[in-house]
Amino acid sequence: MSVIDRRELSALAARAADARVNVELETEGMTLNIGPQHPATHGTLRIIVRLDGEQVVWAEPVCGYMHRGYEKLVEVRSYPQVNTLINRIDWLGSFANEVPFILACEQLMEIEAPPRAQYIRTILFELSRISNVSLGLGDAALQLGAQTAAFYAFRDREYVLNLVEAATGGRFHPNFDRIGGLKDDLPKGWIDETKVAMRKVRDYCDEIETLVFGNEIFEARTRGIGVIPREVALQYGLSGANLRGSGVDWDLRRDQKLPMAWDKCDWKVWTHPDGDSFSRLWVRLKETYEATLIVDQLCESLPSGPVMAKVPRIIKVPEGEAWISTENPLGEMGYYVVSKGDTGPFRVKIRSASFNNISVVPWVLRGVYVPDVITILASLYFILGDIDR
Amino acid sequence: MTLALAYWQESILRVLGVTVAVLLPAGTFVYVFLFKLMSFMQSRLGPMEAGPYGSMQLLAEVGKFLQKEDIFPEKADRALFRLAPYVVVASAFLVYVVVPFGPDALFADLDTGVFLVLALSSVSVLGVLMAGWASANKYSLMGGLRAAGQLIAYELPMVLAVVGVVIQAETLNMQQIVLTQNDGEIFGWGGLGNPFVLTQFVGFVVFLVATQAELTQPPFDMPVAESELVTGYMTEYSGLRFLLFFIGEFATAGAFAAIAATLFLGGWGIPFFPSDADWMNLVGPLVLFSKIMFVALLIFWFRFTYPRLREDQLQQFAWKYLIPIALANIVVTGILKVAF
Repeated sequence: MSVIDRRELSALAARAADARVNVELETEGMTLNIGPQHPATHGTLRIIVRLDGEQVVWAEPVCGYMHRGYEKLVEVRSYPQVNTLINRIDWLGSFANEVPFILACEQLMEIEAPPRAQYIRTILFELSRISNVSLGLGDAALQLGAQTAAFYAFRDREYVLNLVEAATGGRFHPNFDRIGGLKDDLPKGWIDETKVAMRKVRDYCDEIETLVFGNEIFEARTRGIGVIPREVALQYGLSGANLRGSGVDWDLRRDQKLPMAWDKCDWKVWTHPDGDSFSRLWVRLKETYEATLIVDQLCESLPSGPVMAKVPRIIKVPEGEAWISTENPLGEMGYYVVSKGDTGPFRVKIRSASFNNISVVPWVLRGVYVPDVITILASLYFILGDIDR
Repeated sequence: MTLALAYWQESILRVLGVTVAVLLPAGTFVYVFLFKLMSFMQSRLGPMEAGPYGSMQLLAEVGKFLQKEDIFPEKADRALFRLAPYVVVASAFLVYVVVPFGPDALFADLDTGVFLVLALSSVSVLGVLMAGWASANKYSLMGGLRAAGQLIAYELPMVLAVVGVVIQAETLNMQQIVLTQNDGEIFGWGGLGNPFVLTQFVGFVVFLVATQAELTQPPFDMPVAESELVTGYMTEYSGLRFLLFFIGEFATAGAFAAIAATLFLGGWGIPFFPSDADWMNLVGPLVLFSKIMFVALLIFWFRFTYPRLREDQLQQFAWKYLIPIALANIVVTGILKVAF
């Protein structure tokens, strides 16, 4: 379907919605632009909603206000330079963005990172999950009007960011993953610090569980709001906690064989059968907790050895195509890398989780009230950079 | 007091008195609760730079607001847009007219004081509606309408909660209510006097909840809801007018805390001390102020802890729970009043 067709269809739908409202209640609908500058869209997402009173009759997300053209940009970069760009896609869990791209390149070059590098990659991957999702939980509480939880989130995320900084030198954009391994080994004493920090993050999870999830008002606002049934979630291509919140037991970390260390430790994939806003947020909370357990176990069993495989000085990826996706903090994130044997990729298709996750917005927002729009958006949890690459 | 003052002198004193009575608690709330207590609850320090321990922060903020550009939206109804913040602030100021600060320290001794207070406190709805309408902004309009619906819904439980006190005190006069509490007895035991918070505890709780809603503070802050409506009716305001809304918000919090302290906590009186001594005129305001701060602590504690309800849940809460509870409270109070 072309863009013009889509626009025509949206206009038709809007007119139909108007007509329906006018016939039933003889009132005039109101179009409300939520965004592009609105605190609840944390970034520049715009959602056009047609309202009947405070009830949404029709909604459509408009994205692209922050499009930075990464897919085009990476075509004129060399492989190590691409790393810097893709760090900025999901800016709260940057390291997790690097991993699938690097894995795809490694697959094409037929090399594999040494075990120690795989372990450290997994640890940093889970740390970025914690730093992303813990903030998302605090932010969801903030959207619902409870400010305090957001500050707790920032406070405890700081421990994780300090760890990332100590290991990689960057707090937000580590740029640490290399084809064939990692830039450096972990610094001295990092393992002990990590264990302390993980304990603090677990305390944070407990605190959020009692402060936010145990609150009657929070339950009243989220339970039964924005229900996405299992089939709809699958049809719209949701992934990550949004899919698991709809009762689909699907986690790429477990379901797919990658040269990473997730299969070396015990952990559990949490799902929730309800599919409402509460279940999505609850799954995120449980995942944060689970991520700390993964980090702890991997720190215990970290093997020794080099962190870099033998790779040529100038990286040229042999001709071919590779698709690798991983279970990122926001959902499935994948790179389809096409190489023509050059120093840079010929074409990279980025599949980011949030773009698909917000595609369900028109479906799920129909018939809800304006305050619930905010709840549902907060529970779907998107990062704008992840929508507009 | 036997001070002979001319009418104009007395008037000036009263105007100054009300100004101090409104702005002092409002400023203290902003600093102590909004800046500091909230920060500590959220594990941060709050303002530390302006003045010792950040104590001058409020002045800095006021200075900042005064310097800002005064913006009118293009399609705004200018006259209403200008007037709205003053209506909100005026209602907060007027409430203090009948709040007694001591045996003789009061602005007006009205026999229908409670009635006047409740009527005046709902005038602010008008200002809010005016602001929402005049801003010519969809978010503001929704905020204004939500505020109107909410304030009307919660006016009722508030009035009903006060009726219990009025039955027990047998008067609508605020000063008389304070005196009744100071000299009262609980079932024949008069050691502590009778602060109505003890015998009217249900009423006190209902009043506090309704206050929270009247102040549009979380968990009842749908009209301002910054994550949904981008602060609702205040969205388009800037500079001095925003400052007025800001003062109005906290002055109203102070006004309601003063009413709650007077009606339920014994006002300016202290248990075990005579309520007609002259020195009470000096100590009374301080006592009342500390009680106001206590009530405000409760109000702001809720504010910092709870998430926001939805509009329909809020209305349900008022009509299904608060109003029946308040009515039952009136019935029980009436029966006990007749029985004892």
